[in-house]
Amino acid sequence: MMPYMEIGYLVGSVSFVVGLKMMGQPDSARKGNLVAAFGMAVAVIAALFFNREGFHVINNLAYIVAAIVAGTVIGTLMAKRVQMTAMPEMVSLFNGMGGLSAALISIIEWRHLLHEAANPEAMTNLPAVSLGMYIPVIAGLIIGTISFVGSIVAWGKLNGKIGDFRFPSQQIINAVVLVAILGVAYLNYNEFNATQSSLYFYVTIGLAIVYGLLFVFPIGGADMPVVISLLNSFTGVAAACGGFLYENKVMLMGGVLVGSAGTILTVVMCKAMNRSLMNVLIGMAGGNGGGSSTSASGGSVREVQATDVAIMMKYASKVIIVPGYGLAVAQAQHVCHELENLLEAEGVDVKYAIHPVAGRMPGHMNVLLAESNVEYDKLIEMEHINPEFATTDVVLVVGANDVVNPAAKTDPTSPIYGMPILDVDQSKQIIVLKRSMKAGYAGIENELFFHPKCGMLFGDAKASLQKLVNEVKAL
Amino acid sequence: MEAIFEGIAKLIEQYEQQNMLNLIYLVILMIFVGVELISHVPSVLHTPLMSGANAIHGVVLIGAIIVMGNASPDDTLSLVFGTLAVFVGTLNVIGGFVVTDRMLEMFKKKPKGEKAS
Repeated sequence: MMPYMEIGYLVGSVSFVVGLKMMGQPDSARKGNLVAAFGMAVAVIAALFFNREGFHVINNLAYIVAAIVAGTVIGTLMAKRVQMTAMPEMVSLFNGMGGLSAALISIIEWRHLLHEAANPEAMTNLPAVSLGMYIPVIAGLIIGTISFVGSIVAWGKLNGKIGDFRFPSQQIINAVVLVAILGVAYLNYNEFNATQSSLYFYVTIGLAIVYGLLFVFPIGGADMPVVISLLNSFTGVAAACGGFLYENKVMLMGGVLVGSAGTILTVVMCKAMNRSLMNVLIGMAGGNGGGSSTSASGGSVREVQATDVAIMMKYASKVIIVPGYGLAVAQAQHVCHELENLLEAEGVDVKYAIHPVAGRMPGHMNVLLAESNVEYDKLIEMEHINPEFATTDVVLVVGANDVVNPAAKTDPTSPIYGMPILDVDQSKQIIVLKRSMKAGYAGIENELFFHPKCGMLFGDAKASLQKLVNEVKAL
Repeated sequence: MEAIFEGIAKLIEQYEQQNMLNLIYLVILMIFVGVELISHVPSVLHTPLMSGANAIHGVVLIGAIIVMGNASPDDTLSLVFGTLAVFVGTLNVIGGFVVTDRMLEMFKKKPKGEKAS
């Protein structure tokens, strides 16, 4: 007897740890991803063709292979075709699929548990179901369902299909639903029998769906990355439940690893926005601050023409570009790089200022600009670029809003108060490319636009940048 | 770090005496490993890292395969749900790794003076 299955699982587990470690460093990140993928392949093969005794082809292999092939083809197509800008949605959707898988496993195992309980021998000794089986099944069900429903809502929110939805005392209702889920799950264990338990079980599923909806609905779009990261760690925990159920170490290790890494990642992301996790979950930022702070900004906005901006930039010695989500939606990263090249050719020093939460995910801007071949060392993180604004002639804000809003520093009533921002107002001139005067994702007015040094160039980011490129060329 | 790796390897070696307590040790160790791995990562890599972690929890696919292997061929409901579970689990794994690869592919240039924040 050779423990091939164990070796396969061991290779899988270790490669997850090593892969994730490598993914934490920019130069080995891509290899790290491949290492983890290789480990996954080995573990799947081990599960398909080996058991504890040795070589053993699993039952229902035809169905399994068909599902794997279909999943591979469709998954690859989806992942290859998605636009770089829609990446966060895609991650959320795939995360939801993992949650759904965990929930489905629990539903099937639940039916096995019921079957055993219906067995008269089992009925004699109470409780009829072992806690070691019950907890992983029910926890996998609850967490998997919340993760699935929550991820789908997050996906809908990111691609604009679902709006924010709040009602009074929502937090209390959320807490009540959560307590109800746990209560029903406990009752179900305590009075386990084949007839009643199915009802409890369906109620648990229903409540978990409701909780998943309520959990993500009130959270503002700008906080979505934090939520996706948190749901990501939920799915990890759901997978770990499966590991307990089957005493399967690769599931346990992979699941717990993602659960803990995801939680830390969530906390690190919250810190980057200077918000607490609680604050994000309650849905503090967003629409409600909008009305109150508008009154402060009574000044008028100065609109500028592309020609003037082009002249200004061409004869500047230093230009900093601040990219935001507007750049991503307009797909303007390539023309932005073109503008950068033109200005560099004129001897202008061009840099990019990357706010940690610019775009829809941390690092979103880096990915996008890297796609259009912007050099990595031109992308400067916030704490290193902020001192440079004072010596900058022109700051070009492309579709960013909240990350340059001075209210984060000056207005304690603002929902984004305390968030570190890019100090663009230190520079000599600010040009904002924006479609309209509409508020940013946090739903609040931006005083910066009324600043005497600030000029607005209205229009789609890509069209405006193209105009600037043409004007610079024509000069 | 190395001590942690050795600790895990040892735990797996003790496979023969596998029991619930063993699994709990493993969980606690993995929590520390996860925290240790993520704590000092530059914010630039947060998105790919989240996406990579997303692919790794696709390991739930193994559970879906096991459940299918245990299902009897005339238990239609289990087969339907199980096949669906394998399908969406595969989506999670393949989609996750491919998306992550596409993101990381774009970091071609080596970063200069990357500083952990």
